[in-house]
Amino acid sequence: MSAPTLSRAAASMLARDLRLAWSRRGDTLQPLLFAVLVVAMFPLALGSERARLAMLAPGAIWVAALLASLQGLDALFRSDAEDGSLEQQLLAPVPLSLLLACRMFAHWLTGSLPLILIAPLLAQLLFLPDNLLAPLLLSLLVGTPLLVLLGSTVAALTVGLRRSGMLLPLLALPLYVPVLVFGAGSVMAAAQGQDWLGAVLLLAAGLTLALVLVPLAAAAAIRIALP
Amino acid sequence: MNRIVLWFHQLGSPPAFHRYATRWMPWYFGAALLLLGVGVWAALFRVPADYQQGDSYRILFIHVPCAWMSLFVYVTMAVQAAIAQVWRIKLCEILAMACAPIGAAFTVITLATGSIWGRPMWGTWWDWDPRLTSELVLLFLYIGVIALDASIEDRRRGARVAGFLAMIGLVNLPIIHYSVQWWNSLHQGSTISLMGKSKMDASMILPLAFTVAAMQLWFVGSLLSRARTMLLEREAGKAWARDMAVHETTRANA
Repeated sequence: MSAPTLSRAAASMLARDLRLAWSRRGDTLQPLLFAVLVVAMFPLALGSERARLAMLAPGAIWVAALLASLQGLDALFRSDAEDGSLEQQLLAPVPLSLLLACRMFAHWLTGSLPLILIAPLLAQLLFLPDNLLAPLLLSLLVGTPLLVLLGSTVAALTVGLRRSGMLLPLLALPLYVPVLVFGAGSVMAAAQGQDWLGAVLLLAAGLTLALVLVPLAAAAAIRIALP
Repeated sequence: MNRIVLWFHQLGSPPAFHRYATRWMPWYFGAALLLLGVGVWAALFRVPADYQQGDSYRILFIHVPCAWMSLFVYVTMAVQAAIAQVWRIKLCEILAMACAPIGAAFTVITLATGSIWGRPMWGTWWDWDPRLTSELVLLFLYIGVIALDASIEDRRRGARVAGFLAMIGLVNLPIIHYSVQWWNSLHQGSTISLMGKSKMDASMILPLAFTVAAMQLWFVGSLLSRARTMLLEREAGKAWARDMAVHETTRANA
């Protein structure tokens, strides 16, 4: 049997992950519901005063997106490790990093993209001014893949554990700091009438770097972490 | 082979490291205590008070060395982890993991002394100043490494996985520091005015040099002590560890 081409392997991996996500679509939508609920907690905690909520909205939505991106991260590679398909991927004649990158992309498509799609709704819940919607959406669009990439490296490291529980957020959140700072910061800068594109461009630079390095790092991490 | 290179190679073997650590640990601790004593004495009694901050600034003789050490230990940990990753040297895995609690302790001391100094000087225990924030994130990174190492039962795999996390953290540290600085400049000017950086008086340099050297020595002593214990725990079944235990008992009985 000849080795499959890289693009074919990537396509079939992606198709498999999307099919898996579709067959468990209830589970797949949980992070989305979680984010909506987190956002809904803010008015309940802070009162429904429009101006105050509008001021806090960028930060609140970004924190909600960040917490939601942690959901499902624990099972990202562990479910594959448990049913043995991760070992097949290790043995496959294509680079493990490519397959992991497809896995991460599928995770972003099913976990983060729906969140970006309902972000306008979340923005309305918190009375975000209309002119800030574009910075919010753009920063989420560039920032959430970065969150997924950073989080998957940590998920790869904890793949050997039976359950990582609170450990995964504990490890991932410090690494998320720059993404949160630039992501929420760009919207805040737009709110203050400053140039906000700079922060988004920095995020994009980080994303470019992470796209190249993270799959390699995650593959190395999985090789170390698997028992 | 070059003598220094040979010495390093020999030190990599567990029995040789154990002998070295047992022999030199008390000297490192002793020298550290001596230098710390001299440094603190000079800092408290010999150095004049600051013209702006009065006597409160004297905490810097502890704060500054600890802050440097908190970063230095992290880099040491990541470098050891990288060496362990590439050459699979068991001792380096142990050294890297032994660094983590020491570095975390230095970070906690830095945060605590900074907070104690900040209360009279800034009028607040905490401020979201870039350096304070980065130091706090550094503490979280240390805790992450310790927690990951502790959560994996296989000691070697735990050390390698946690070491990998330490390496990722090292790449991230400058980015975190830079991002936090950018974030702070975005906020409106702080209401608390920070002291302008005044040039340090020459009389203050010497006590600081003493405490810095003391912290370094203390770190090495502490590292040797921790690594020695961890090494014995892992190698408890090996012949050299048993021989040594027998040797120690007969010497104690004699």
